[in-house]
Amino acid sequence: MAEYQLEPINALGLSETVDAEIGLVRIVENNANSLASIAIRLGNEKKFSSSARKLLGFALPGPGESASSKTYSAFWSAPNQWFVEASEKSHADIAHILKEELAEMASVTEQTGGWCRFDIEGKTVTSMLERLCMLDMAGMKAGAANRSVIEHIGVFLLCRREHEAISVYGPRSMADSLHHALIAAAKSIA
Amino acid sequence: MSTDNRLEGGLVDRSSSVRFSFDGASYTGFKGDTLASALLANGVRLMGRSFKYHRPRGPLTAGPEEPNALVELRGKNRREPNTRATTVELFDGLEADSQNRWPSLKFDALAINDLMPSLFAAGFYYKTFMWPKAFWEKLYEPLIRRAAGLGSLSGEPDPDVYDKGFLHCDMLVIGSGPAGLAAALAGGRAGARVILAEEDFIVGGRLNAESFSVDDKPGHEWARSVFDELSSMANVRILTRTAVIGAFDHGVYGALERLTDHLATAEPGKPRQVLWRIYAKRTVLCAGATERPIAFPNNDRPGIMLSGAIRSYVNRFATTPGKKVAIFTNNDDGLRTVTDLKAKGVEIAAVIDTRTDGPSIDNVTHFQGARVVDTKGRYGLQEITVEQANGKTCRIDCLALGVSGGWNPNVHLTCHQRGRPVWDESLAAFLPHGVPEGMQVAGAANGELSTAAAFATGARTAGEALEDLGFKATGGKLPQSEDDPVNISPFWYVEGKGRAWVDLQNDVTVKDIKLAHQEGYRSVEHLKRYTTLGMATDQGKTANITGLAVMAEATGKSIPETGTTIFRPPYSPVAIGAFAGRHRDMSFRPVRKTPSHKWAEEQGAVFVEAGQWLRAQWYPQSGETHWRESVDREVLATRKSVGICDVTTLGKIDIQGADATRFVNAVYCNAFAKLPVNKVRYGLMLREDGMVMDDGTTARLAEDHYVMTTTTANAGPVFRHLEFCRQCLWPELDVQLISTTEAWAQFAVAGPNSRGLLRKIVDRDFDLSNDAFPFMGCAEVTVCGGLRARLFRISFSGELAYEIAVPTRYGDALVRALMKAGEEFDVTPYGTEALGVMRIEKGHVTGNELNGTITALNLGMERMVSSKKDSIGTVLSRREGMNHGDALKLVGLRPVDASQAFAAGSHFMKRGDEASAANDQGYMTSVCFSPNLGHAIGLGFLKDGANRIGEVVRAVNPLQKQETEVEVVSPHFIDPEGERLRG
Amino acid sequence: MIIEHPLLGPRDAQEFTCLGDASLINRPDWQEDDAVNRFYEYLYLRDNPAGEHRELWYHEQGDRSWLVVTRNTVTHEILRVELAIDVARTARSKDRT
Repeated sequence: MAEYQLEPINALGLSETVDAEIGLVRIVENNANSLASIAIRLGNEKKFSSSARKLLGFALPGPGESASSKTYSAFWSAPNQWFVEASEKSHADIAHILKEELAEMASVTEQTGGWCRFDIEGKTVTSMLERLCMLDMAGMKAGAANRSVIEHIGVFLLCRREHEAISVYGPRSMADSLHHALIAAAKSIA
Repeated sequence: MSTDNRLEGGLVDRSSSVRFSFDGASYTGFKGDTLASALLANGVRLMGRSFKYHRPRGPLTAGPEEPNALVELRGKNRREPNTRATTVELFDGLEADSQNRWPSLKFDALAINDLMPSLFAAGFYYKTFMWPKAFWEKLYEPLIRRAAGLGSLSGEPDPDVYDKGFLHCDMLVIGSGPAGLAAALAGGRAGARVILAEEDFIVGGRLNAESFSVDDKPGHEWARSVFDELSSMANVRILTRTAVIGAFDHGVYGALERLTDHLATAEPGKPRQVLWRIYAKRTVLCAGATERPIAFPNNDRPGIMLSGAIRSYVNRFATTPGKKVAIFTNNDDGLRTVTDLKAKGVEIAAVIDTRTDGPSIDNVTHFQGARVVDTKGRYGLQEITVEQANGKTCRIDCLALGVSGGWNPNVHLTCHQRGRPVWDESLAAFLPHGVPEGMQVAGAANGELSTAAAFATGARTAGEALEDLGFKATGGKLPQSEDDPVNISPFWYVEGKGRAWVDLQNDVTVKDIKLAHQEGYRSVEHLKRYTTLGMATDQGKTANITGLAVMAEATGKSIPETGTTIFRPPYSPVAIGAFAGRHRDMSFRPVRKTPSHKWAEEQGAVFVEAGQWLRAQWYPQSGETHWRESVDREVLATRKSVGICDVTTLGKIDIQGADATRFVNAVYCNAFAKLPVNKVRYGLMLREDGMVMDDGTTARLAEDHYVMTTTTANAGPVFRHLEFCRQCLWPELDVQLISTTEAWAQFAVAGPNSRGLLRKIVDRDFDLSNDAFPFMGCAEVTVCGGLRARLFRISFSGELAYEIAVPTRYGDALVRALMKAGEEFDVTPYGTEALGVMRIEKGHVTGNELNGTITALNLGMERMVSSKKDSIGTVLSRREGMNHGDALKLVGLRPVDASQAFAAGSHFMKRGDEASAANDQGYMTSVCFSPNLGHAIGLGFLKDGANRIGEVVRAVNPLQKQETEVEVVSPHFIDPEGERLRG
Repeated sequence: MIIEHPLLGPRDAQEFTCLGDASLINRPDWQEDDAVNRFYEYLYLRDNPAGEHRELWYHEQGDRSWLVVTRNTVTHEILRVELAIDVARTARSKDRT
């Protein structure tokens, strides 16, 4: 038994997740998942896509899109590169699990600690986010996944349900600033 | 004079009366009034003082083009100067004050300027105050500054918040007059995403100001019904109180929405305004037209306004500017005011038509071929003098005069991409030409001045745009309305003795323009700057064309030959706060926090901004009163035993792929091809020009896997550079890059007891002994009972040191564990200051040294630049000019007199030389106090420095008048042999 | 400005950073006899046309693609956008033949 036990803390620095309801939107910090990036090694495109499909349970999505199965979800991040997400409980070392399967076909990099995630739900999600982000929020369909900027912070925006539910991933070090921006925008339109 | 100028009808809500004040006096108006309409209804015509001469002025217009009626709103720190009373929506409790007057609006001391017009003629800045020269700075400029300008700011921070926002649409319709409503309807019905932007607080444009009917309904009722239909469409967004202020590249528009300016009390925290960036695939500009005045002597008295503005006041706001009104026109549209006034029972004093062939009007004193040649009335119009066609003059009593010189299409937004409008003789106006890509113009903005033509062109233009976008326009029947021609006969100004004002806001007269021409100004752009015609808050919306016409006449050229000045954004004034948006004070930019931030806060750390990062600078302990005490203690304790520092902020780039080694070897100038797995190497990265770009350590975790570190500041630029190399230079390499800066919480554990401390953290199965894990080793390990971690044996401090990384969410727990485990070693957390001291003591370079002008040779690292391989920057670093014997070399400096200090940025001079740029020998880059040596030390670049060890030079700092004799020494002040870090 | 990203469609230029002349893709061979001169020309002697210009833009706040944007520097009209990696691969395969 080790002498020192390490307990993780959330991106906002607390042990409980922060959950805020403002007007018609709810903004919830989500710390439940592990993240890793996978990128195809040159020349392995074919083998990679079939292995990835078998492992993840879906074909890897195209530019600007996301896909999911019971265990995994993934979104496109760059040409030949995706972010894969799974529950932290079952996939704490997600990079290792993916690397085992994809081996020489892909470069896998742990990303869990690099990001914070906020899930935003409610009838006014679109009006809230159009105060923050230059992407076409009103035109975003379920499954859309795009990288862009919110108040100078580089983020991924994933549309879970059209006009209703969006997840924002931002750099973990900027979690406070990102959360502040989200709350301020929610108050603006409340 | 009656104080009640309120009429019947109109669009004001008589059931909600609104109390407001102007210059301290209380008045009552109605909901739906503007400040200007409510003041006029109360018989107040005098609303402001002019810019130069402080002449009494009242509103000229009923809209955003207003040059005169500028007031200050919202007192104290919310004070907003230069607000157009003609656009201010009335609300209960509104307090407005007049401006540019002292002590009061009615008695203004600086009105004395009006008696000295020759002092303030065109170009007066450049003439009147030129001599004696010495007077300019001390006397004239302060005087002018006090006298000039309009309103004043509070000088305090604005307490309101402003938002920015982004909207996307298929079709943006700018303006909601008849053309705009027809366009928006076509778009909405076709199913396109439409944004309809209207500057006013109700839609309808001139339909609200005119008495025309549309499809047998009053025009404003028709507009209201269209508003209701559009509001019910999910694909249409109506933005009222929203001015489109600029047309930018590729269908991007700026728009300012005023959210709370019309509310008596705004909810705290709610944005006052939103500055929208609108992305439009197509834009239909339906901005309407602005009426222009005719200039004549003394044409600036309160009560003299545009003829169409009087119709707005009468029809929409149920207000007349006076009980007896005269009209002066050169076109048929001006005559409509007569009909509308009569319909409301207002007496018509006379109609003066410059044309001899205009339509005749019954039961009214009507002069044809006549002109107004003078006016009277100190604080408001009382009388006009008319010169009739036969040359006789007569005086006419009246309290208001409506003037119409024709209509100028609002082409402003069509010019924001350098479009140049063209002159149309029949309309005597400029029409859009060379409009921005994706924009089309309809209605009055395109010279289609009748209501029927506005409907037709609005619908047709939108239909074309929709078809382009692949929508099927439904067509439908056009609404029926008037289709009368304007019949204008151009007439610009009346010659006469008195001053005839062209630009009311800047007090520019016909004479000023002629004078400018006499003095040799030919280009309109020069004219504008010399006379200030068309400048300031209204940007000459009512003045420019008349000014041009006068200029054209003076030069003997036609108006198209004379040309127009260019219009630039913003179309109407925007508060600076709106441009700033949320980015002010603490929200100026995002803050990045390290994984140990919360813990460091608990320790009372003092933080410093390093780029966006907040890093612990030092950790004061009780009793320490000066930062140096804390820093010296941290340095000494680390060198004596062990210290801990959060180094997460260093950039980390994950490099993988079959060709990862080739890639790393090509981006660093030193050799990397043979770096074994589980080893770390210092890497020097050059720019292609041979200058040092960045440095750091790179660890080889596997055959095909590297982790590169960058300096904190260069994490982004280096990543961008690596992607450039990968995608643009060597696309055939199998390399994948991704940033992992934030994914790992990384701590430096430094000092002779660092190994002992880590033995308690790193799980037992990993051998930390010097033999098993020597200097520059790296390994993937587990800590605290199984948590995966990365361990690097690298040292920035020069001590035996490690860096240990865990997944970020465990960083807080790890620093606490390290501190607990380190208790027996008196472990010390150290901040960036101590980090800096130790690296200077060790002679390690950082951003201070890698300043973009430094080569490997300057650093004494020229032997690292491999000539046996292709890497970025190696070829150009061979250039002769970068390799001469006199080149700067990195050296250490210490004061000859150990008690003396010196500053970074000081330049080196030889002992006997005069301190001058010609004698410059180099400069100091980093300075600190070394608690280990007990005196100041520095790093710097000195010409041929490597061969000058032992020489004494002067470190000269002329800014602080500081000069210190310093001895040139090796840059490695501590442990030059590197025994500690290898121990 | 709007840049029509070949993979992601129209994106605001705010998401990008610009590097300049796309000729930077054609890096000289370091082993040529006059390599210093060639590198000098490659790095410093670039055209700055008033009109059509091929430029490198980096989608920094997006997918990290380098793009070759053909843009009219006078009108700002964007005529063509390509992935720089494709342009570079084509250039390289031409070099070899």
